Amino acid sequence: MSINRRQFLRGVAATGASAAAVAATPEEAAAALQREPRGRAPEALGLLYDSTLCVGCKACVAACKSANGKPREISADQSDWNAGTWDSAKTLSAKTYNIIMVYQNGTMAAKDAETDGFAFIKRQCLHCVDPSCISCCPVSAMQKDPVTGIVSNDPNRCIGCRYCVYACPFQVPKFEFEGAFGRISKCELCRHRLAKGELPGCVDSCPTGATLFGRVADLRTEAHRRITLKPGDTYAYPRGDISGKYGEHREPHEKVITAAYREEVYGETVLGGTQALYLSAVSFDKLGLPYGPNIPTSGYASQTEGIQHFLYTGMIAPAAALTGLILLARRNVDKHHSEADEDAADSQGGSHGNA
Amino acid sequence: MATHEHAPVGGRLVTAPFIFLFVIVFAAAVILTQRFVFGLGGVTHLSDGYPWGIWIAIDLIIGTALGCGGLVVALLVYIVNQGEYHPLARAALMTSLFGYTMGAIAVMIDLGRWWLGYNIMLPWLWNTNSVLLETALCIFLYIIVLIIEFGPTFFERLGLKESRRRLHRVMFVFTALGVLLPMMHQSSMGTVVILLGYKLSPLWQSQLLTVNFLFTAFTMGFAIVAFESTLSSVALKRPFETRLLSRLCYIMMWVLIIFLGVRFIDLLRLGAWPLAFRMDVQAISFWVEYLSGIAAIALLWQERNRMHPRYIFLGASAMLLNGFMYRLNCYLIGYDPGHGWSYYPSTGEIIVTLGIFAIQIMLYLVFVKQLPVLHAVRKA
Ligand code: SF4
Ligand code: SF4
Ligand code: SF4
Repeated sequence: MSINRRQFLRGVAATGASAAAVAATPEEAAAALQREPRGRAPEALGLLYDSTLCVGCKACVAACKSANGKPREISADQSDWNAGTWDSAKTLSAKTYNIIMVYQNGTMAAKDAETDGFAFIKRQCLHCVDPSCISCCPVSAMQKDPVTGIVSNDPNRCIGCRYCVYACPFQVPKFEFEGAFGRISKCELCRHRLAKGELPGCVDSCPTGATLFGRVADLRTEAHRRITLKPGDTYAYPRGDISGKYGEHREPHEKVITAAYREEVYGETVLGGTQALYLSAVSFDKLGLPYGPNIPTSGYASQTEGIQHFLYTGMIAPAAALTGLILLARRNVDKHHSEADEDAADSQGGSHGNA
Repeated sequence: MATHEHAPVGGRLVTAPFIFLFVIVFAAAVILTQRFVFGLGGVTHLSDGYPWGIWIAIDLIIGTALGCGGLVVALLVYIVNQGEYHPLARAALMTSLFGYTMGAIAVMIDLGRWWLGYNIMLPWLWNTNSVLLETALCIFLYIIVLIIEFGPTFFERLGLKESRRRLHRVMFVFTALGVLLPMMHQSSMGTVVILLGYKLSPLWQSQLLTVNFLFTAFTMGFAIVAFESTLSSVALKRPFETRLLSRLCYIMMWVLIIFLGVRFIDLLRLGAWPLAFRMDVQAISFWVEYLSGIAAIALLWQERNRMHPRYIFLGASAMLLNGFMYRLNCYLIGYDPGHGWSYYPSTGEIIVTLGIFAIQIMLYLVFVKQLPVLHAVRKA
């Protein structure tokens, strides 16, 4: 029995039509297969980084290194003048969990101006609400604390597949490629210091309050208050922990607003939301953050998990498929092999070793 | 049903090409020693921007697609009940066994913390949301299934008639698993890169990646069967299996037409076509992929061509190139982490990849010469 040509073409047409149907309603198809986006943990902890406050002193970078026992980093192209004195990481790396980068344009005359200006940006793990790194890790080595929402890596579980490095939309987890026994390393919001009631290294050392620590809920309120401020207003910026629970008490930093805030708190919705929030006077994409119409407001993990759950929840679909395949296979295997078996029985092993 | 008989091809094992392959495998082994002593950074160009290189994109993602010959033939022989393809089944199963085993070995070589690799076998650590976990478990189970499916060939060689008969009685279960598992695995390899989000160019990023990886598993699985069959006919001086292959060509040509059609509509839907005309590396790579698919269809369109070993070979090669480029694009070329990262494989990485494929060809030669894999040639 062979496939009849007409039957086959009909099958082809049907498949083509269903593909076209998917094409007609991409939003619906995507939504139908999407896993429910995850919500914020009410007591989640995080950071609020205000680019307009940051003076680029990099005290936070140095403090992060000493808090996490990480060495200085000297890029290869600097080795002729930098004998090891200057920590000069260009980007996040296995030795650098926190970095200050700078946006530059034209004459770079004015701070926080998009044209002919410059602006600072602090990069570290954003402790996403719906993290790709958590979703992708096969051995649950990436963990999100159910209370604080802090995302951490357990090297005793991690097999070093580096899918988290490949998938993180913020390019945060890094692998130690040098040496035979590398591990994944990334910012864990200094959870070892929080456990002792201390502030994360970067917050503790920040003189201006540009990096502020606290409950994400409080930080959001604070951020929304700031974006209503106008240039010329004076504001008392809190420093350290916004609730004053972690670290010692510090006086606020009074400052006159010079550049208008963008009326958006980065991290509230982007990619399902993050626990590190950003305020800035220049556009977030200029600061190298994923931003714009092509960046969704739900995490990519909700898409892949949606597909996985659609196909594999309770293993019902695979079990049904397997049952069908077994029934078909039993019918057809028997048919093909009964003949071969008879041959074998008759010939008692031919000259070609066909037993 | 004489076409169902299988016999070892026989002949000398250590030939000049065999020694050549051995040299490549030996070089790869030297590099791998370095890899384990000095770490991944010692021999590869992997970086925090490009944590996955060709060992994943080619050895695993493309290598296992080349291991889909067994899936395609099993699907036709046992499920769609096209018994006439049976003579191709054993060689195809064997290629799958090699493709998947070497894919799994490539993963282990690539694991940054390989000494903890057994963690993936500990159910209490499983993250069932992880697509990667599913692909890993499917590979593992499918390799076991393939070994069982290949069992009768060993039993025949060893003359264990009773064992063969007993195994045969339950074979339908493994045949079914041998279709389901690679389909789960192949489609999920598409889902893996959906998680890359904006880092994968819209020329490839799509909810349909899951389906598209299944399409390319079929086309590449078939193409490797045709490719291998034609090559081994020439190399081992055996008659061409043209009649069977030409019917397969017809079916696979249509699978490819649907795949290219789905891609076309999908890119329209996503508004990604303009990116194909920017003439950067990604666009060029896209056109190599898409045009090789069209070339395969053009080569196999006429029935006259499909009866001709040369056209079958060329068509299958073009089809292979199409799937190869599609997958390479999805995992490497279409991927851009930004921030100035770039990647080009190191010589060491290339040698190991060549070694992974060389060892498969060596195993193929040993197996077909020593075991009843290819169907017996009727002596006149
Ligand atoms: S920023 Fe990256 S590493 Fe951090 S939680 Fe989000 S996905 Fe994970
Ligand atoms: S590298 Fe480690 S933490 Fe990252 S996904 Fe793989 S196992 Fe998980
Ligand atoms: S310590 Fe504060 S002011 Fe200094 S660079 Fe870091 S965030 Fe900016």
